[in-house]
This record gives sequence, C-alpha cells and structure tokens, in this order.
Amino acid sequence: MSATRAALPPKEQLDEQGGRPVDRRHGSTLLRHLAVVLAAGLLLVAVSYSVEPFRNFQLATVAAYLCATAGLTVLTGLNGQLSLGHGALMATGAYTVALCQTAFADRGMTGGWLLPLSLAAAIVSTVAVGAVVGVAAARLRGPYLAGVTLAVAVVVPALAVTFDGVFNGEQGLSVPVEPPPLSLGPYFPYERWQLWVTGAATLLALLLLANLIRSRYGRTFRAVRDDEVAARLAGIHVARTQVLAFVVSAATAGLGGALLAVLAQSVSPGAFSLTLSLFLLMAVVIGGLGRLTGALWGAVLLVALPDLTHSVTEMLTLSPAVAQRLEGNLPLAIFGLTLIVVMIAAPGGVQGLLSRLGRALLARRPTRRS
Amino acid sequence: MDRFVFLTVDGLSRGAVYAAFALALVLIWRAARVVNFAQGAMAVAAAYVAYTVSTATGSYWLGFVVAIVAGLLLGALVDRAVMRHVDHASPLNPVIVALGLVLLIQAVLGMVYGSEFRPAEAPFSRSALTVGGVAVLSPYDLFVFATIGVVVSGLAWMFARTPVGLRMRAAAFAPEVSRLLGVNVGGMLTLGWALASGVGALAAMLVLPTELGLHPHAMDLVFVSAFTAAVVGGLDSPPGAVVGGLVVGLLLSYVSGYAGSDLTPLAVLVLLLAVLLVRPGGLFAPVAARRV
Repeated sequence: MSATRAALPPKEQLDEQGGRPVDRRHGSTLLRHLAVVLAAGLLLVAVSYSVEPFRNFQLATVAAYLCATAGLTVLTGLNGQLSLGHGALMATGAYTVALCQTAFADRGMTGGWLLPLSLAAAIVSTVAVGAVVGVAAARLRGPYLAGVTLAVAVVVPALAVTFDGVFNGEQGLSVPVEPPPLSLGPYFPYERWQLWVTGAATLLALLLLANLIRSRYGRTFRAVRDDEVAARLAGIHVARTQVLAFVVSAATAGLGGALLAVLAQSVSPGAFSLTLSLFLLMAVVIGGLGRLTGALWGAVLLVALPDLTHSVTEMLTLSPAVAQRLEGNLPLAIFGLTLIVVMIAAPGGVQGLLSRLGRALLARRPTRRS
Repeated sequence: MDRFVFLTVDGLSRGAVYAAFALALVLIWRAARVVNFAQGAMAVAAAYVAYTVSTATGSYWLGFVVAIVAGLLLGALVDRAVMRHVDHASPLNPVIVALGLVLLIQAVLGMVYGSEFRPAEAPFSRSALTVGGVAVLSPYDLFVFATIGVVVSGLAWMFARTPVGLRMRAAAFAPEVSRLLGVNVGGMLTLGWALASGVGALAAMLVLPTELGLHPHAMDLVFVSAFTAAVVGGLDSPPGAVVGGLVVGLLLSYVSGYAGSDLTPLAVLVLLLAVLLVRPGGLFAPVAARRV
C-alpha cells in the first residue's frame, strides 16, 4: 500500500492526523459511480428513441466492445499484464451463449430470464478459462506472457474446427434470441431492444469495474504493476493479485463476446481471429491505457473507423475488386499505423491528450481553482 | 515403422525451418531485448515480393534472392524507422508497436495482393525418394536441410570469428562500454535487425511451399511454433533455438501424423505452456535466480 502512496504526486496534501491523502472528491464512491451510470443509462434510452435503428445497432456493438476493452484496460493498464488472448476469451463467452440459448430453444423454454442466465453462464465459463490462463500468466513476464496469450488467440478459434461436432466448424452456431417482450408494445424496434440489453449489461459491468478500480483491489493492482518487489514487501500477494486481475478481465471479455454473439445472432471462429485480439489491444492503447474512458474511445473507434473507411471508399470511384480489398484492409492499416504512432508519440492515448488539454484549460483560469 | 521414419524426416525438415525462424527471433532478442512479434508478417511481405519477381521474370531463384534482400532491407527499415523511436522503459511498448506493425503489414499486403491464397512453388520435387522400399527424403527436404545448415553455420561463424560478429555481441551485451570503445552500437543494432529479418524471409520462402500457399496471415501459426521453439531453447541461446526448432518440428509431425493435423495448434500451445511453467528459461538455461 505504501508503495502506491509514495508514488502519489505531492499535490495531494497529507492529512495531519492520519497521514492519509485527502480525496478532493467528496462523498461515497459508489454513489458517485451509481449517479454516473444512471445518467448514462437515461442518456442511452433517450438516444435510442431519437436515432435510426442502424445507429442503435452500432451503439449496441460499441457497448459490447466496450465490455471487452474495459476489462482489457484494467488488466493491461492497471495491472501491467499484456494479453493478446482476449479475442479467444470473447469467443469462449460467445460460444457459451450460443450453446445455452440453443439448448433453451430446443427444450422450448421461453421467458425473459433466459438471456441473463445464458450471459451469466458465459461469464462463468470465461472465468474458468481465464483462471487457467491467468494462473499461467501470473508466472510469466513481458514477451513470454505476450507469446502465450498470442498462442491462445491463434489456437482457441482453431478448436472450433477441431471439435466441429459441438461447435460446427467454420460454419459456427446460430444464437436464437427472443424478440422484445410484448409489454413494450407490438412494434417495438428490435435494434432498440438490442441496445437496451447490451447497454444495461455493459453499464452494470462498468459500474463494477469502476468500483473495483477505486477499491483496495484496484490499488493492489496498480501497486503490483508499478513495482512487484515493493508490493510484496507491503504485504500484497503478487501472484494472487495478478490472477484476480486476469479473471476479472476475462469475465468482462466473456460478457463482451456473449453480447456480440447475441447482437449478431451467430458465432463463428472467423469473427474471433487474432485480428480481433489485436484490435482490442489497439483500442485500449489508442484510447489511453488504464482508463475506462479510454476504453470507451477505443470501442467507439472499433465501430466507427470501418464505417468511416467504408464511406470513403464509396466516395472514390474504384473497381469493385479494388474497393473490396481496400474496404477490408484500410481500417486495419489505419489501426496499425495509429497504434505505432500513438505508442511513439503519445503513450497516454486519446484520453491522456484530453486530460492534458483539460488541465491546460483549467490552469488558465486560476480563480476557479481555489 | 515406415510411417515413423517418414514422419521423423518430415518433422526434421519442418523443424529446420522453425529453427531458422526461431533463430531470427533469438537474434533480435539478444541484440535489442525485443521479441519481434512482427517477424511473421515481415517474412510474408518479403515472400510476396519474391512472388511478384518470380511471376514477372519466371525465375524462382531470382525471386529467392530478392526475398532475402527484401527481408534484410525491411529489417533495417523497421529498426531505423520504428523500433529505434520506441520507449523501451516498459517491455510492453515494443511488443505493442510490433503488433501494430503486424496489423499494418498484413493490411498493406491484403490491399495490394488481395487475401486469396497464392500458390507458392517449390524449386525441387516434394515427392519422397525411396531407399530400400521406405520413403525417406524428398529433394526439397534436402534443399531445406542444406540451406538452413549453411545459414546457421554461417551465422555461427560470423558471430564467433569475425570482427563484425564480435562488435555485434559486444554492442548487445554492454552497449555503453562498446560505445566508449568506438563500436557503432546503433549500426550493429540495425545490422542485427536486418540479419534476423533476412533469416526470417528465408525461412518463410522455405516453409510456404509446404503449407497452403501465400496469404497475408500465412505465417501466424508458423510464428507461434517458432516462438515456442525459441522458448524451448531459451530465448537467449542460438543453439537452443535450433534444437528447439527441431523438437517442435518433430512433435508437430508426430501429432499430425498419429492424432490428426487439427490438433497441431493445440499441441503447440500445450508444449509452450508446459515449458514456460516447468522451465521458464528454456530447456538449456542455466539455473538462475528469478527476479520477483
């Protein structure tokens, strides 16, 4: 604990009695986070009524990605463990949901509680996989960890082909999802319902993550990241903390994958390739490592950039073959280039730039500060 | 028994390529303390250049030479233009940048060549010669063994016997002292990247005809196997990388021969995890005190 305290900037003055830093934000952390989540939820409902169905679907996709990127940013940014295997963890969640929903549909079961049950099952199965990988990961450092998780990312989607009796090979599985409940009216748009479901699940996950980050556990995560020896001297169980971070991150990745499967109503190994894992990493790095808002920027980028390049290639007059090649690969090239440039020029990412900008603006108005 | 002999020879031939690729990883790791996750993508890029040259001129050998030259240049370029500017304070940073390179290179290849499989031709027949009724070696296997043998012994000779090799080792192990003694440390680093990337390109040229063909993602699994090979041998040891490559090649060959080729990726993952959990420093590492 003392290790993290020592690293705090001197700006946060120490309380005379307890020697503790005074938190400038007053009130309960939980209440503050609840208020933010509530506001975000209301905003989401308002938005879902005011935009067209396709935008609703896109927002829902952002929410699903946000689940995964938020978990990854906690793992990589706060705990210092790099995972290239989150695409595989998302696949685990997605396939679990597919198998559960198919099983329910085959037995003719219906009801609003089935989907949450499947999502919970997806989280449980991903937690199990994440615990296995996490226990291995806790013993590995730097490039070794990256290599193992890379292997996980390459190998796990291939398993769907190996055991095609269960997972139906490259074809994948379909995910039967029930229509919105009748109480919402007969003509309730399906995309709006999708946004509500994914939005609610993601906001819940974010609330839990935000509280975790501000809690004792979040501090131990950061302490382990900054200096393992110091953390151990301060009485933190390093390996246990790393496994915990990996499991939490895996759970959110599984939920994200499950939500994606519910949105697409199908899963196939092609959707969870190595490229997806790299995308997630890119999203959290560009957004700003270790910040939930950074994860939001990353998730938005993941959905917006392919859309943007699509409209760009449509504007240019190209032959269909060239246009198809460009459309598939241009977002990848931009992502890769941005990742390199951000890593070299602005390691704090978008959110880092924004907060630097915000601080600069605040510093201009000294009267406001005291 | 016939099958066992065949699988062993096939595994050794495949393992020789993994060994070369693992050697490329080890070269960069020793020189710059970076595991070059973009190695596979860079090697595929060189192989695509060779494909273009070969189809334009009709000569396989011209393409082969061009691939190695392209690999050398690409390695130097990646070091000078990208890796040199990365903050190495956290070991995460070079890894993340290398992954960005993977995305970028694969996307550019996809844009230029499309993402369909292109045939990768072999310069020699791949059908095995029979000795005493047992199918043993194909001329292509012999070619692979000979090429890798020449490259590995050439590198060993260079590092052990030539002034350049000595400077490169010095620059890798004690950069400050070497700089004081007049060694061009930055240049040696670039040379290391170029050499490693050239070896990687060579390995790609050798392995692609035995796989499905040329594709932007063709080396993904090869990279994972080669990384496993490098880890099996210990990331710091070039002889270990060669042995590790042969071990991984044999294992994959037996698994795909006796249990089904679908299981080879899983076998790689299991081997990698087993080695890292039991002997994280590789099979040949001396016992060392572990940092917390």
